[in-house]
Amino acid sequence: MRQGARKAAVAITSIAAVAALALAGCTPSTDPDDDSPGSDSTGGANGPITDAQREEALSTPTDLTFWTWVPDVQDQVDMFEKQYPEINVTVENVGQGLDHYSKVRTASQAGTGGPDVVQLEYQFISSFAQTGELLDLTPYGAADLESQYVPWVWKQVLSNDEVLAIPQDSGPMGNLYREDIMQAAGVTEPPATWADYKTAAEKVRANTSSYISNMAPSQGAGWLGLLWQAGVKPFGYDGGEKVTIDVNSAEAKDVMAYWQDMIQNDLVSIDPDFNDEWYQGLNQGKYAGWLTAAWAPVFLSGAAKDTSGLWRAAPLPQWDTSTPASGNQGGSADAVLKTTKNPIAAYELAKWINNAQEPALLFTTQQSFFPTAISVLEDPVFVDQKSDFYGGQEVNKLFAEISTTVDTDWQWLPFMEFAYSSFNETFGAAVAAKGDLAAGLDAWQDALVDYAEQQGFTVNG
Amino acid sequence: MTTAIQRKQHLVAYGFILPFFAVFATMFIAPLAYSGYLSFFANKLVGGVKYVALGNYVRAFQDPAFLFGLGRTALILFIQVPIMLGLALFFALALDSGRARGSKAVRLLIFLPFAVPGVVAVLMWGYIYGQDFGLTGQITRALGLPPTNFLSDQLILFSIMNIVTWAFVGYNMIILYAALKSIPSELHEAAEIDGASQWRLAWSVKIPMIRPAIFLTIIFSVIGSFQIFNEPKLLVEIAPTAITQGFTPNFYAFNVAFVNQDINYAAAIAFLLGFVIMIVSYVVQLSMQKREVRW
Repeated sequence: MRQGARKAAVAITSIAAVAALALAGCTPSTDPDDDSPGSDSTGGANGPITDAQREEALSTPTDLTFWTWVPDVQDQVDMFEKQYPEINVTVENVGQGLDHYSKVRTASQAGTGGPDVVQLEYQFISSFAQTGELLDLTPYGAADLESQYVPWVWKQVLSNDEVLAIPQDSGPMGNLYREDIMQAAGVTEPPATWADYKTAAEKVRANTSSYISNMAPSQGAGWLGLLWQAGVKPFGYDGGEKVTIDVNSAEAKDVMAYWQDMIQNDLVSIDPDFNDEWYQGLNQGKYAGWLTAAWAPVFLSGAAKDTSGLWRAAPLPQWDTSTPASGNQGGSADAVLKTTKNPIAAYELAKWINNAQEPALLFTTQQSFFPTAISVLEDPVFVDQKSDFYGGQEVNKLFAEISTTVDTDWQWLPFMEFAYSSFNETFGAAVAAKGDLAAGLDAWQDALVDYAEQQGFTVNG
Repeated sequence: MTTAIQRKQHLVAYGFILPFFAVFATMFIAPLAYSGYLSFFANKLVGGVKYVALGNYVRAFQDPAFLFGLGRTALILFIQVPIMLGLALFFALALDSGRARGSKAVRLLIFLPFAVPGVVAVLMWGYIYGQDFGLTGQITRALGLPPTNFLSDQLILFSIMNIVTWAFVGYNMIILYAALKSIPSELHEAAEIDGASQWRLAWSVKIPMIRPAIFLTIIFSVIGSFQIFNEPKLLVEIAPTAITQGFTPNFYAFNVAFVNQDINYAAAIAFLLGFVIMIVSYVVQLSMQKREVRW
């Protein structure tokens, strides 16, 4: 989860917390029946938007607000404003991770003061869809974009046949490793299977002072990505009141039995990630590899500058080499809030910066995002890029190939904030204690089911 | 006539305190009342808002996360607070004795941590506690000892107590030191002429004289320990599995509201915590008053 890197430590005094708590509550309770898509003010309820309406909206002077944590996104917004001079966009960074989401929720429930367009990670889209805060983009023409995107990514922005966001970047997973350490350990090729990976891990432990990789106990999105690769389907959500929670299935336990063996034999380290110790570990060769997402190659070249040229990229080791598979970790999209007064212009903003070739390509070269649009994934500017950090390897090409192997049917729960936080307390704690990971999954299952029932969902019904 | 003047004076007096009351009412009383109101409802993700009377409070009493959080703060109260206040008293007496060289610089150094912002402090402690590349990691490696993970489930509470002690010793020391300075000097002089040692002087003259200040620091510390929030909120970044949602009750209220999307239950927890603090503070105060009467 990339947000982990961005999460700034924020000091909030207890007083401020209580005050914020009261403020957050200072809104009239919303009607329970918030499911009806597109309220009448949005104009979306009366069928698709016509070209004339679009033309009019885009040539009328309009102010939009865009809440996002993406660095330098102003450049893409400037391009949009050049394209549509009548639209004035204000970009605001209201925080990252949880800070961002709780502010979006607060503003959205208050009905005023919120943004028109908002950045959302894929894993949180159903959480916001559940509370009825996102505008269905189908009447604005979003459904026509389907063929332009990688299929598994497109499924991530759908809920109940509604398109709720325009994809921006994604994170298909691969294996980044230190070629020099691997060679010192006597591993000449990147492990093709998980069995090979264990053999390689043993060699790395025996012949060097490194670990083959670090499996951070609290990296919920990364662990889920590994389940995703194995074809496990821990979550399901029908867009209404029914959720499926199956995190302790036999398949999930099989995957975790592998990792329990690796952890208990001290073949991988289990340090928390995205903190100073971890950065030191990457720079000083404590970790000889990192099972991570497609946004990581560029992130790593900044975080572990000292090791430039020593890294290589490979696909994840496989369970079954005849059907290569990968999972996804991270990535986000731009959604339009129902409270917007200018839904057409807001939709065009969300769409244009991610869908027009020029800004979308800029995301890959400037923000180093891994693209989701097929045209960008095939663009030579992106694909043929060679990276010195990876010894001149064409890393983008590799991940573009991996992206096609990601399973399309992965779903999220409509309460991922809680799910990740309870993940840390149950499964994450079991990893940190080098304990029984199957029991950790059982405990997580219980916590999720309890919460879902407490919140009124029908679980596994 | 006099009543008219008195009435006018009263009016003016109210005029002076009006700005305070306006802010107090809108920024403190109103949110408090509103959270109290919220705590009687439940807002579910499915099903919406419902009046549940004391349901949220009943739930809190059966919620292991909340109860363990309270237990943890009780541990802090019984272990960390005595250590911290003992140290603060020791430093205050040492500085007051006038025997220590460079006492002004020492006073400043001990007080300094209180002025360090929480974010900076946690970066610093994150480095000190780091088991591979941190300070303790380097020391244990140099001594050939196995590395200790101060951020593990077992040790995190003590690591936090250590940080809290570090941050607040100086604050309490200043309160006690100021009280010591106000003791009339004839008292020490008389005791010294009578041949009392520094220890005797501290035990029989100074400590009894500053007892009200000591009580004050105890009350502050009791309230402070129940309200611990910054340390877990900041350390959760480097000890994500050791610090649970309900690590302390205050941190739990925050998480319930902003992670679990359950503002109503969070309001109930905040109120319960307030009551617990009131009761404990009252008990502490009562037991002190009894002793004061004897003295």
